[in-house]
Amino acid sequence: MTATLGRPARAVAAPAPAARMRSSAAITTDLGADGRTRLVRLRSEAPQVLRPARPGPAPPLAACPPAAAHVWLTAGAAGPVGGDRLTFQIDVGAGSALLLTQVAATLLLPAVDGALSRTEVRITVAEGGTLIWMPEPIIVASGADHVTDVQVELAADARFVLREEVLLGRHGETGGQIEQRLQVSRAGRPCYRQDLALGTPDAATPAISGAHRASGSLLVLDPGQAQPPGVRLPGLAAVLALAGGGSAVTALAADNLALRRHLDAALRALTGTPTEATTRRTP
Amino acid sequence: MNRSNGTSSSTRALRLGVAGPVGTGKSSLIATLCRALADELALAVVTNDIYTDEDARFLRSTGVLPVERIRAVETGACPHTAIRDDITMNLIAVEDLEQGFAPLDLVLIESGGDNLTATFSPALIDAQLFVLDVAGGGDVARKGGPGIARADLLVINKTDLAPYVEVDVERMVADATAARHGARVLALSRHEPASVRALADWVRELRGAQLAGRHGPVDPGAPAPHVHR
Amino acid sequence: MANLAALLLLADSRLPAGGYAHSGGLEAAVAAGLVDDVASLEHFLAGRAATVGLLGAAVAAAACRVTAAPQGHRAAFTALDDALDARTPSPAQRNTSRQLGRQLVRVLGQVAPDPRLGELAGQPHHAVALGAGAAVLGLDARAAAYAYLHESVAGPAAAAIRLLALDPFATHAALARLRARLDRLASRADEYGAGTVADLPAPAAPLLDVYAEAHAARTSRLFAS
Repeated sequence: MTATLGRPARAVAAPAPAARMRSSAAITTDLGADGRTRLVRLRSEAPQVLRPARPGPAPPLAACPPAAAHVWLTAGAAGPVGGDRLTFQIDVGAGSALLLTQVAATLLLPAVDGALSRTEVRITVAEGGTLIWMPEPIIVASGADHVTDVQVELAADARFVLREEVLLGRHGETGGQIEQRLQVSRAGRPCYRQDLALGTPDAATPAISGAHRASGSLLVLDPGQAQPPGVRLPGLAAVLALAGGGSAVTALAADNLALRRHLDAALRALTGTPTEATTRRTP
Repeated sequence: MNRSNGTSSSTRALRLGVAGPVGTGKSSLIATLCRALADELALAVVTNDIYTDEDARFLRSTGVLPVERIRAVETGACPHTAIRDDITMNLIAVEDLEQGFAPLDLVLIESGGDNLTATFSPALIDAQLFVLDVAGGGDVARKGGPGIARADLLVINKTDLAPYVEVDVERMVADATAARHGARVLALSRHEPASVRALADWVRELRGAQLAGRHGPVDPGAPAPHVHR
Repeated sequence: MANLAALLLLADSRLPAGGYAHSGGLEAAVAAGLVDDVASLEHFLAGRAATVGLLGAAVAAAACRVTAAPQGHRAAFTALDDALDARTPSPAQRNTSRQLGRQLVRVLGQVAPDPRLGELAGQPHHAVALGAGAAVLGLDARAAAYAYLHESVAGPAAAAIRLLALDPFATHAALARLRARLDRLASRADEYGAGTVADLPAPAAPLLDVYAEAHAARTSRLFAS
């Protein structure tokens, strides 16, 4: 986490529209002597509240080792709202595995003064580690202006699965703007970088997202798994075999249900994961 | 002209272009040539397809050559551009085949079916044959054009169909020979072994002349006035 | 601008480098029903310029600077090819880009022979080859960016005339309306080209990715991409 973002901030339960919330959350895992993943650090700060899942059988994700820890991200407050700055640090230790899921969708709301809100996520996955991050959709309310900046550093044999879904506008809204920046390096070499701007005039062109409200992606980087050849998806969705290994799925749809169907179908094809694994369960 | 970039002279095959209007039997002629020559010459084929990879698939399906020796060039709906004005895609395809299957003796380049004016650039091929068929009408040969008049060989194909389309093959050959000022015209039917042998012999002689340094490309000349792009 | 004649040569669609066989995803966009008239074509071209156009122009500008440097060409070209690989998730788009790059190098080898072109990869990305070509023709990085941006919209616009029943004058008028946008993008690309490889932009275009893959899987098509 960068120094400028690390300023401690108190949780604010119900921010006034102009309040600038700073939230910093963190998870660190390592591999315990019993061969199971331990949560050695779990730092929450509203609206980013982290809860370990109740002990139980491992989630039925083919890519998820049985010894994984499972953490839920829940919202301790509304937002983020324009002007807010959230940071999230995830460090997956050598040989450990973390499944991170979210209880509910994130709703991005505008500031009265139109200020930008920002979420910065910094991730490291050490040798033999696995991170599977399946957040719920980000809903961009009209007037919201948000940047999500995710930077991932993977060890040479680390595994990483990430789903991202964006829905422009609540029911009946056209929605605001969001830029999702994602960059991944493996063993110090950049291997994937995409900056997706949605809700802008350019994005609404038939080269980027057209009139589709819902767009999403799924990144599956698993050096131990060969790229499945020729996975074809129906509709405006594609499985893309990346130059540096692994696959990215990109999909556009009229709504989030259709989008999730695309991404679930792709996840099944790429990892053999049953659909229900990605849907929400009570923490 | 230096046309050998990318391919050393030791791996340089005879590059033979096959042009002619749609439906005159270019793919079939190439399959016929491959069958006739496969035992004595190392061969490869480049097709130039307009809308599909139909020609490449046809040739692959005939089994006359291993499929990897047949390359399809996609021409963006512009077959004459790909063989005349902007030959880079075809040149790369030919050079890749010559390097990948060295030493090759003969690379056949099939143009996408076009009109009577489309001919190969001399920077792409060493010789070209132009294919007409009797079904296109006996008077086509008289109409001339650079391909008919000055290709290294004019083939009048499907002579076995002549009785059904009321074409006098001898007359058509005579007209074509006149249009070509006496240059060679070959009446071909794949059902007539003698005509197939004559075609194969022509290719053998050409390859022999090339190896002996006695053959260089002759340009049939510019197409009829034509604005493109 | 210096060397205007060289820029016109490089950006001319008649340069025989095989660009005419590509529609830049337009054929698939038309097949998907998302482009069907001049207005939707203009939007398509604007989005294309802002994404693959900007990225390629930035890389072309960077490649031009690298080529003009006294040494280190090969490693710098490789770094730019890698950067484009990481920023181009669609394998069909990567293939097309490297095919166009190889064809351009094949042409430049005779049009503007220069030992630095030999330092390019066997199949460099199109933008890398274009930037190097601009440099050997004596052009600066901004000119390289312009050449890439021009081709990123002019190629699909030419393809549109064959794919759709469009008035060619109206189509060219749409291209003309993009001039100010291309000017802005060329300036940004030029700035990126002066920065580090790590800071090159990575504008995503999910529909272009989807189109590219769908098109590559078709057996019946007019254009190669």
